[in-house]
Amino acid sequence: MSADTDTVIRARGLTRRFGDLVAVDRVDLDVPAQRVYGFLGPNGSGKSTTIRMLCGLLTPSAGEIEVLGLRIPSRAEELRRHIGYMTQKFSLFDDLTVRENLEFMAAVQDVPRARMRARIDTLVEEYRFGAMQRQLAGTLSGGQKQRLALAAAVVHEPQLLFLDEPTSAVDPESRRDFWEKLFELADAGATLLVSTHYMDEAERCHRLAILDHGRLVADDTPQALTARLAGRTYRVHASRPGRIQQALSQQDAVLSAAQIGASLRVLLVEAAAQSAGETLEVLAGVVRDIDAEACFEATEPNLEDVFVAVTHGGRARREQAA
Amino acid sequence: MNMRRLLAVMRKELQQLRRDRVTLAMILGIPIVQLVLFGYAINLNLRNLDAGIVDQSGTQASRALVMDMLATGIVRASERAHTPRQLMQALQAGRISVGIVIPRDFERRRAEGRAVAQILVDGSDTAVQFAAAQLAQTPIANSALPDTRAPPDSTPRQGRIRVVAFYNPERRSAINIVPGLIGVILTMTMVLFTAVSVVRERERGNMELLIATPLSRSELLVGKVLPYVGIGLLQTTVILLLGVVLFAVPVHGLLVDVYLAAGLLIVANLALGLLISTRATSQFQAMQMMIFVFLPSILLSGFMFPFAGMPIAAQWIAEVLPLTHFLRLIRGVMLRGAGLSQMWPDVLALAAFSVLMLVLAISQFRKRLD
Repeated sequence: MSADTDTVIRARGLTRRFGDLVAVDRVDLDVPAQRVYGFLGPNGSGKSTTIRMLCGLLTPSAGEIEVLGLRIPSRAEELRRHIGYMTQKFSLFDDLTVRENLEFMAAVQDVPRARMRARIDTLVEEYRFGAMQRQLAGTLSGGQKQRLALAAAVVHEPQLLFLDEPTSAVDPESRRDFWEKLFELADAGATLLVSTHYMDEAERCHRLAILDHGRLVADDTPQALTARLAGRTYRVHASRPGRIQQALSQQDAVLSAAQIGASLRVLLVEAAAQSAGETLEVLAGVVRDIDAEACFEATEPNLEDVFVAVTHGGRARREQAA
Repeated sequence: MNMRRLLAVMRKELQQLRRDRVTLAMILGIPIVQLVLFGYAINLNLRNLDAGIVDQSGTQASRALVMDMLATGIVRASERAHTPRQLMQALQAGRISVGIVIPRDFERRRAEGRAVAQILVDGSDTAVQFAAAQLAQTPIANSALPDTRAPPDSTPRQGRIRVVAFYNPERRSAINIVPGLIGVILTMTMVLFTAVSVVRERERGNMELLIATPLSRSELLVGKVLPYVGIGLLQTTVILLLGVVLFAVPVHGLLVDVYLAAGLLIVANLALGLLISTRATSQFQAMQMMIFVFLPSILLSGFMFPFAGMPIAAQWIAEVLPLTHFLRLIRGVMLRGAGLSQMWPDVLALAAFSVLMLVLAISQFRKRLD
C-alpha cells in the first residue's frame, strides 16, 4: 500500500464472517483526511462491523487495513492513542458525574496531567456542561449523553474519530447541534468517519459510502452520487396516487414508485434513462389511463433516490444468484 | 504498566463504589450480621435447652448429679416426669429436647463402674446432639459418696453417662468460629464484588469503550480489583474487633500475621473473582459460578466439618480451595500463637493460587470483541 498522506484509512477486500453470515463482504475504502466521511446503510448492513474492524476491535476474516499508516489489527494498540471512538450505545459510566467521566477518559488517554484540567474546562464550556458538571451521566437526556460521549471521545484531541450511529436516539434539534460540532472538529483538522441511517445527515457528509448487506454499493460525494441519477427521477401529481403506484410498479422501466403525500416519486431503472423520451410517453399513458388529471414531471434526484437505486440493484443481483 | 492509568481505573472504581449503596451496605453488613449470627446462634444452642429429668433412684448422689448437670447451664429443668416413657412422649411432642434418666440401680451401677445415667436426645437437631454430648461429660466423681472403686483419673468414666463424649474443654464455639468466619466472609464478599465487575461493564457496554483506549489488560483488571484489597482489610478489622469485644476471641499470635494471612486470602479471592468475571457472559452466570466455588469452600475447607474426617477425594478438592489454607493459617496464628513462617506451605499455596488465577484472568481477557 502506498503511503498517501491524504488518505487516513485504506482498506482492501475487507471481509468479516460470523459463522455462515458474511457481515462485511470485500469492502474497499479510502477515507481522505480532514473530511466528514459518512457510512450510510440500513441496520445490519455491516456499518458497525466495518468500524470495529477499522479501529482494531474486531479481527477481519480477510482483507487488509491501514489506518493512519498503521497496519491493523497488528498495530491496533499504537492506533488507540490517536483515535477517538464513540460507540453506538452510550458507553460512559452512568454512575460517574459528567466531570468524573471526562477526567477518567483524559487519564486513560494519557492527556498530560498539567494540561488535563484546562482541557476538561474547555470541553465543559464548548459542550455546554457548565451547570451539569456534577450531574451523574445516567441522569442526562439522550442529546446530552451524546454530547458527553463526543466530548469524551475527543478529550485527547485525536486525529481520527469513529462515530457509530451517534445520533440514533436523539431529537432533531440535538442532531443538528451535534453535526455542527462534527464540522467544527473537521475544520480543526480531524478526520471523522460517521455511520448513520438518516438521509439528511448523509447529505451533509463530504463523502459518502453506502453499504448494503455488507457490500459497498456506492462511494462518492453526495453531489456526484445524486448527479448520476440525472434524468431518472420524476414526480406524479394525482388525486389518488395509490392505484397509479400499483400500475407503475409493474412497469419494467420503473425501479421504484413511492408515495409522498399526494404525489408519487418515481425512479426509473438505469437503462430507461437512455431512452427517456419513449419511456416517458409509455409511462405517461399508463398514468393517464387511471387518472386523466395526473401530470408527470421531472424532479431533482436526492440521496434517498440514490439509496434506493444502489440497494435495489443489490437485491436484484441477489435474487438472480438465488 | 502505566501508574497513572492504573490509578485512574482504581479511582473510577472507588467513585462508582461510593454511589453503590447496596454494595457499601454489604461491605460492613455482611461481616456484622454473619459474625453475630454465627457467634450467638451457635452459643445459644448450647444453653438453656429444655430438659425433662426422671430420677428413679432418688439418692443423694443422683440428686447431686442432676444438680451438676443443671449447673452447666446447657439444660434447664422444664418438665416434670416420673417415668422414662413420659419423657419419651415429651420428647416426641417437642416440649423438651433432652431427657435425663437416672435408673433405680444408680448406686449399684456407680459402684460397679457401669453406665449410671442415660441422656435421651432429640436427634433431629445436630446442635442438640452436640450439646447433649457435652452434658454427658458432667463428672460423677464429686458426688457425695467417694467412689472407691474407680480412681478419679481412670478412663472408664467416659462411658458412665450413655452419650458419646468428646473433647471441647471451653465449650465455646465462637473461638473456633470467629477466625474461620474471617475467611468465610472474605471468600464470600471478595469473590462476589469482583465476579460481576468485568461482566457488568460488558453488559452495560462500557467495555467496548474501554478496550478502544490505550488501557492495557493488566491496568484495567488490576485497577479494578486493587481497591477491594483495602475493603477486605477493613472487613477483617471489623470481624476481629467484634470477635474480641463480643466473644473475647484471643489473638495469641502476631496481629501483623493475621493481616498478612487475610491479605493473602483477599488477593487469592479477588483473582478468582476476576477469572470468573472474564469467563462469564452475564452477571447472572457470574453469580452461579461464584456459588459453585463458595459452597465447596464452606463445606470442605474445615470451617464446618473437620478436615481430617473427610474422604481423601474431598481432601484433595479442599487443598485447591484458598479458604482451606487460610483456615490453617488463621487458626494457627490466632489460637495457637503460631507464626506464618512455621506454616509456609499454606502461605505458598495461597500465593501460588493468586498468581495462577491472576495470570489466567489477564490472559483470558481480550481487548477484542471477537
